[in-house]
Amino acid sequence: MRTLPVGERALLVELGNGEEAQAFHAELLRRRASGALPPVREIVPAARTVLLDGVEDPGRLAALVSGWQVEPQHARAEPVVDIPVRYDGPDLAVVAALWGVEPDDVARIHAGVEFRVAFCGFAPGFGYLTGLPARYEVPRRSTPRTAVPAGSVAVAGTYTGVYPRSSPGGWQLIGNTDVVLWDPAREPAALLSPGTRVRFVPEGPAARSVGRR
Amino acid sequence: MNDRAFAVVRAGALTTVQDLGRSGHAHLGVPRSGALDPYASRLVNRLVGNPDDAAVLETTVNGCAVRPRCAVTVAVGGAPCPVTVNGRPVAWGAAVRVPAGAVLEAGAAVRGVRSYLAFAGGVAAEPVLGSRSTDLLSGLGPAPLRDGAVLPLGPPPSAAARFEAAPWAAPPRELVLRVRLGPRHDWFTAAALRTFATRRYRVSPASNRIGLRTEGPALVRAVPGELPSEGMVLGAVQVPPDGRPVVFLADHPTTGGYPVVAVVRDEDLAAAAQATPGTPVRFLPLG
Repeated sequence: MRTLPVGERALLVELGNGEEAQAFHAELLRRRASGALPPVREIVPAARTVLLDGVEDPGRLAALVSGWQVEPQHARAEPVVDIPVRYDGPDLAVVAALWGVEPDDVARIHAGVEFRVAFCGFAPGFGYLTGLPARYEVPRRSTPRTAVPAGSVAVAGTYTGVYPRSSPGGWQLIGNTDVVLWDPAREPAALLSPGTRVRFVPEGPAARSVGRR
Repeated sequence: MNDRAFAVVRAGALTTVQDLGRSGHAHLGVPRSGALDPYASRLVNRLVGNPDDAAVLETTVNGCAVRPRCAVTVAVGGAPCPVTVNGRPVAWGAAVRVPAGAVLEAGAAVRGVRSYLAFAGGVAAEPVLGSRSTDLLSGLGPAPLRDGAVLPLGPPPSAAARFEAAPWAAPPRELVLRVRLGPRHDWFTAAALRTFATRRYRVSPASNRIGLRTEGPALVRAVPGELPSEGMVLGAVQVPPDGRPVVFLADHPTTGGYPVVAVVRDEDLAAAAQATPGTPVRFLPLG
């Protein structure tokens, strides 16, 4: 663990990898819930860091967190969010070729993974989901699309994401969902927040060939 | 015609509703947003007796005109501009009574970029996640003003105005931004850090509520490759591949993958929001 000051009122905690960052984030939330964390306005996890923003004394907080024993992330009993998907995205064949499988296999492989929201960003309610093994890493499209439809299920790197609304985007689109990822009138507004476990469930024509667990 | 609302007569180049923003949701990808010049928005609120976090209008460059449907006390501050009621000059930076049906106009900024209009009772647009701010990055909050739109006003405050005229620092001829280096200054060469601390940049016309873009010498990286996405703060000086520093303002993305060479002190960001394109910029690292 390494702590880096960010301006006068924030601290960036850098961990060794994504899993450590997720475990440290979970530890922060536990300690905040039990009142053992000084006031922090924002706790923003990312790929392998956690940003603590709006902190009175970043130096003291750095000393405090450096002394923590962080439990490794373990599967908890909290419920999984199921997202029904039609695996019929325009980049399905491209992704299948990159993975060295048939297009029908993409759904089987993708829906067989239990994902976790590592962090959010890009747009409100957009989660970067980890869980896909490294061998399924894919590049972004060389030319981003100017408009990706809301509900598009996409992959890039080893991340999976679902576009909460129509927006430009460079990820490879493998499917579609009708689930509403972001609704400011709903409580909570975001279906996915850091730490949430997620499973994609094939529906439509692909569901028959893949079968449901 | 006596309901608590106003109609937009001239929306101007870009006029948005702003309060002090929606912090606490960055982990969901929600920018904080809020008035780019929070000192100005607080001052105009205090002039009309509002709490500091009441929603105001933030204009860009050429002001706006509105027609209140009820008599209402207003104050225009921030970037100095001619203020008129039904075409007659009234005071800038002071409380002004506007009769029902009259047209209040904030003209083009004489200096600076963003003027602020406070109405007694505040702009009562529907709040989203606890704030009425328009967020241009993610599209949350009320839409930017359009000609003919009608926006509601809140009930008039019971508190009296806390003072009668607002002190205001004019936008500087040269923008000096005090910064603390890091967290990723080690991604740049020593020569690049010297360039950053000593050379003059200029405010780019491509600046907006998301970031103050600059033109000037490119900062050369010592570390090639991509930085994994990490959380971003207000005032972060991010350096994209073209090497020109971008200072993140209120509608900045919550995470980003370009290295942050330094962070500007909060106190200096209001001046950054009022700096017109072409204004010289210097970054001043503090020890």
